[in-house]
Amino acid sequence: MIKRSFFKSRYLPYLLIFPQILVTLTFFYWPAIQGIIQSFLLSDPFGRQSKFVWFYNYIELFTDPLYLKSIFITLVFSIAVASVSLSLGLFIASMANRALRAKAVVRTLLIWPYAVAPAISGIMWLFLLHPSYGVVALGIKKWLGVNWNPVLYGSDAMIMIVMASAWKQVSYNFVFFMAGLQAVPKSLIEAAAIDGASPFKRFWFITFPLLSPTFFFLTVMNIIYSFFETFGIIHTVTQGGPGGSTNILVYKVYQDGFVGLNLGSSSAQSVVLMSLIILITFLQFRFVEKKVQYGG
Amino acid sequence: MVEKTPLLDFFTYVFLMLGILIVGFPILYSLIAATLPLEEVSKVPMPLIPGDQFMINMKEAWSRGDLGTQILNSFIMASGITIGKIVVSMIGAFSIVYFDYKFRVVAFASVFCTLMLPVEVRILPTYEMAANVLSPLQALWDVLHLDSLMTWFSGHDISVNLNWSLLDSYPGLIFPLVASATCTFLFRQFFLTVPEELCEAAKMDGASPMTFFRKILFPLSKTNIAALVVIEFVYGYNQYLWPLLVTTNPKMTTAVIGLQNLIPQADDLPEWNLALGAAVLVMLPPVLVVLFMQRWFVKGLIEKEK
Repeated sequence: MIKRSFFKSRYLPYLLIFPQILVTLTFFYWPAIQGIIQSFLLSDPFGRQSKFVWFYNYIELFTDPLYLKSIFITLVFSIAVASVSLSLGLFIASMANRALRAKAVVRTLLIWPYAVAPAISGIMWLFLLHPSYGVVALGIKKWLGVNWNPVLYGSDAMIMIVMASAWKQVSYNFVFFMAGLQAVPKSLIEAAAIDGASPFKRFWFITFPLLSPTFFFLTVMNIIYSFFETFGIIHTVTQGGPGGSTNILVYKVYQDGFVGLNLGSSSAQSVVLMSLIILITFLQFRFVEKKVQYGG
Repeated sequence: MVEKTPLLDFFTYVFLMLGILIVGFPILYSLIAATLPLEEVSKVPMPLIPGDQFMINMKEAWSRGDLGTQILNSFIMASGITIGKIVVSMIGAFSIVYFDYKFRVVAFASVFCTLMLPVEVRILPTYEMAANVLSPLQALWDVLHLDSLMTWFSGHDISVNLNWSLLDSYPGLIFPLVASATCTFLFRQFFLTVPEELCEAAKMDGASPMTFFRKILFPLSKTNIAALVVIEFVYGYNQYLWPLLVTTNPKMTTAVIGLQNLIPQADDLPEWNLALGAAVLVMLPPVLVVLFMQRWFVKGLIEKEK
């Protein structure tokens, strides 16, 4: 849709768009271009000298077992976070949607973790799952008989950051599922009920397909969340350890660039991440609109 | 619901309670921990009856973590990002939607391209940029060999070193995060739904573009602005990676980063009561904002992501 009635002014529109363009150019395009250039250079740690090396940084990157491991860890992590927080969010939202009288109260009680910083969620779960002081850790040790220690064992550390990350994201998913559920036409549900479909069947065959756009959208958002925003959790809780077992891609960019001062490799990693996001965005715009059932 | 299902209803409420409990447990537990003295909080399991040390713990955490300064910094950063983003994107969207000019499509496309890319994917070059905001000008200067040109022109040796660092400053915390297209996109979507008759009527009555913006568009956008205020305030307050990089001076750092120093490490006293008390305190401002502006926030969140 394009507006037909335009204002006419020679300088005003440029003046109005200028701040946006200025900010975008200085803090987005210029750094992005610099990053791409840097990813083709091999520099000394202080950035004084550099040499053009074509795809050397990229080849190094994709033959580096640590980087491949980091990709694998990121995949496991984001799938775990997305599935835990999506299923919990959907479950709680569909329960809340049934509780007609208490909807507003329930929403208030569930919405606030959205406002909690990932790093703070990390601190709270660090305490709950602390091998010597944590109460949840105690429960795990006692009832499951597992020798729980996220400081020593990589898989335990992974579970810890998944819990901290998913906990925060449940409320975000809840808000969207709740809105999606309320948009499902009542008449469809009632018609199915008259035909004798049980509440579970109605959910599975009517509500769930109608929720699929929400579901797909949230999957993308959750994956992006677990790729980037969880940086604070990793930094406060595990710092990528033990032994690199929670060193997700964005944390590795930070570590290699700012701690290890390997500028070329860090830039190449940034470019890889950027391309990944562009790909996800493209897929979302291209396919979501067509393939997924829209309703309401 | 459609039919009466007492058993299912019962389980609905049971599961809901469970869900709320799971979501609320970490914060409840942290709050209790913040009221206990050190001996109690390091017991396993920690007692669940609140103690009477809350104020003492808070005072200690407040002074040890320099929370006053850092929460103020977080506030300034979050407000700066919120106001900056909303102002920049609202007038930008106004320009894109209501004016017809040559670079309209180019402007929109170039802003739109940044839609999904967070600052996390370009940290190193953005950091370099913040370390010297004038570096593009310097690069231009060098590329054009203006040094030698000026030297030739004036007969003296002239070399120009442009340097303006944003590190450890509020602009450095704020500006790079203002560069985002999400708000512009939202305002554009909203402006497109505003009836064209309004614009035509305003024009007919002889209103200038800025009068139309002030008297008609701005009042119509109030709900959207309210929603964005909540979303961007929470976003700005909770930033982690960028403030971590751009500030090294503890007086300039934000509260969420400063908390890191209060977490007991392996060899420290296990003063979790202080760490968790501080954590609860630091999370309070954005949580309150979300709770009090819940209605607009939920509406805005859902519209923003559509």
